Amino acid sequence: MTSIATAGASVSEQHAAIAGARPWQRLVLLGIGLVVALGLPWFVYPPVAMDIAAWALFAVALDLLLGYCGLLSFGHAAFWGGSAYATGLVAIHLGVPFPVAVLGGALFAMVLAVPIGYLSVKRSGIYFAMVTLAFAQMLFFIANQASSLTGGENGLQGVPRSFFGIEAVETDSFFFYYAALPIILLGMWAAWRIVHSPFGRVLVAIRDNAPRARALGYDVERYKLIVFVLSAGLSGLAGGVFAVSHGFVALPELHWATSGEVVLMTVLGGIGTLWGGVIGAGLIVMLADYLASSGFDGIGIVTGGVFVTVVLLFRRGIWGTARHLYLMRRSASRARR
Amino acid sequence: MNAVLQYTVQGLAAGSFYALAALGLAVIFGVLGVVNFAHGAFYMLGAVAAAVLLDTVGMSLWLALIVVPLLMLVFGMLVERLLVQWLLPLDPLYNLLLTFGLTLLLVDLVKRRYGVSGLPYERPSALDGRVQVGGVGLPIYQLFVIGVALLVCLGVWLLMTRTRVGMIVRAATERPELAGALGINVGRWVTPVFGFGVALAGLAGVLAAPFRAITAEMGSDFIIILFAVVVIGGLGSIVGAVVGGFLVGLVEAFGQAYAPTFAQVLIFVLMAVVVLARPAGLFGREEATA
Repeated sequence: MTSIATAGASVSEQHAAIAGARPWQRLVLLGIGLVVALGLPWFVYPPVAMDIAAWALFAVALDLLLGYCGLLSFGHAAFWGGSAYATGLVAIHLGVPFPVAVLGGALFAMVLAVPIGYLSVKRSGIYFAMVTLAFAQMLFFIANQASSLTGGENGLQGVPRSFFGIEAVETDSFFFYYAALPIILLGMWAAWRIVHSPFGRVLVAIRDNAPRARALGYDVERYKLIVFVLSAGLSGLAGGVFAVSHGFVALPELHWATSGEVVLMTVLGGIGTLWGGVIGAGLIVMLADYLASSGFDGIGIVTGGVFVTVVLLFRRGIWGTARHLYLMRRSASRARR
Repeated sequence: MNAVLQYTVQGLAAGSFYALAALGLAVIFGVLGVVNFAHGAFYMLGAVAAAVLLDTVGMSLWLALIVVPLLMLVFGMLVERLLVQWLLPLDPLYNLLLTFGLTLLLVDLVKRRYGVSGLPYERPSALDGRVQVGGVGLPIYQLFVIGVALLVCLGVWLLMTRTRVGMIVRAATERPELAGALGINVGRWVTPVFGFGVALAGLAGVLAAPFRAITAEMGSDFIIILFAVVVIGGLGSIVGAVVGGFLVGLVEAFGQAYAPTFAQVLIFVLMAVVVLARPAGLFGREEATA
């Protein structure tokens, strides 16, 4: 049975994708991405732009696990939300500049990911999905109960945006975006480095054929655990920025619906593409914002419908489809020569 | 002692809902290899359908216990034909994602139609009140729920062990490769089995209608606990689903009684312990893992 990460692509296409775009194309893409990232708050309401950036990193972090190791976590809200709370608590109680608080949150998410990952990677496929989901929900209940620390149903209020006393950043969402963007880009760069490293190649090998990777002497469970923790850390960076941007942390950040939402973004953009998560996040956040501002309260109907449609008809996702078409054309023109 | 009896009945009643629904989940997984995330939403639909039928045509709980599962059977078969079957040849994760999307859709549709506050459901007077057992007053309705759940579980067990259809389904559930090798045509049973599993979730929902708050969100925590149940019991196992269901119900009830802060966390602690000790679950077998 084909794994979820490879079902959309043929083997030759996988090879082509490994070879990837030509270097100049990569640079052009990177340039476009940077321009969009830098220009976003000029076109989109700055807090929404920040949401897009945070969710984009979250989706990229999930894709690191799903697309490159074939592990579908349905519990990533634990790391996004866990870091959001940790970041918020650090910011409130220590008053450190927000990047430090966010790093603290990411660190917390990684620590949290060790036991959860240790238990989850014992199973794969749907079992992995269910076990991660259950542990994330456990965290949700704990956060709900520990209301003296987390504010329970009311959420964690008054997360400050301390930034070396630079008032523009601390009060204006537009400038805050530019102060926080480096954290997001750093996270994306880290994901890219992980994927394009020898470690990343081992992950793909495990995804494609775990028994063979094991026979080659790789400790499969250890690799899975490491990428799980790394993915949790990047999700934590994203969740921390999200928390500081909003100035409060609400319980739904830990809910399984949040885990599902980030999976939707990744699948919509295209599994195993990294870029896809960014596109999926942008589309879903803007759609949600548009629906909310137009007074439509049934966003689940729309996201649920998108989910069902994408899974049924459009499994490669947006970026995956674009890449597929491009690679088809390239190999066709090569064959003609 | 009296308190223990009370919590036991309470736990078994809660476990009845889990056992019935998990049984449906296990049967669907066994034959189709699908983890049905929408199971919680189907449970919610069962409860909502019972409430709506009572409100519009005055259908009693007794009749609803038969009519609603039949409606859910048809609905489930439609879902399988229209959506689930297209993804059966692919990685099971795709159907998990599909049913997840379906859950979002169904929950929001019900929320828009019936609002966010709970629908009322009056239990029949025959099931109201308490019965004295050894000096302890036990709620009749909880005993009724346990009775129905045990009867249905027994019925499903008889169906599985005493009939040809049951043998096929069981073979497909417990030894899929062997069943295929013996020339058993599992494919024919895919749609009705999915419908049957959905009907069991719907039945759990009807039973829950007079007992729990009927809201669009009522399946939301339910499905997560259900996943914990099948991880504990072993996903490929029908016995595991039932035992796991009652076990989780008991843990929940005693947790709520003696450590209310940790009641829900306890379920997942139990799950963690089971995953550590027996990754395949209490009644699961290692080779049945995907």
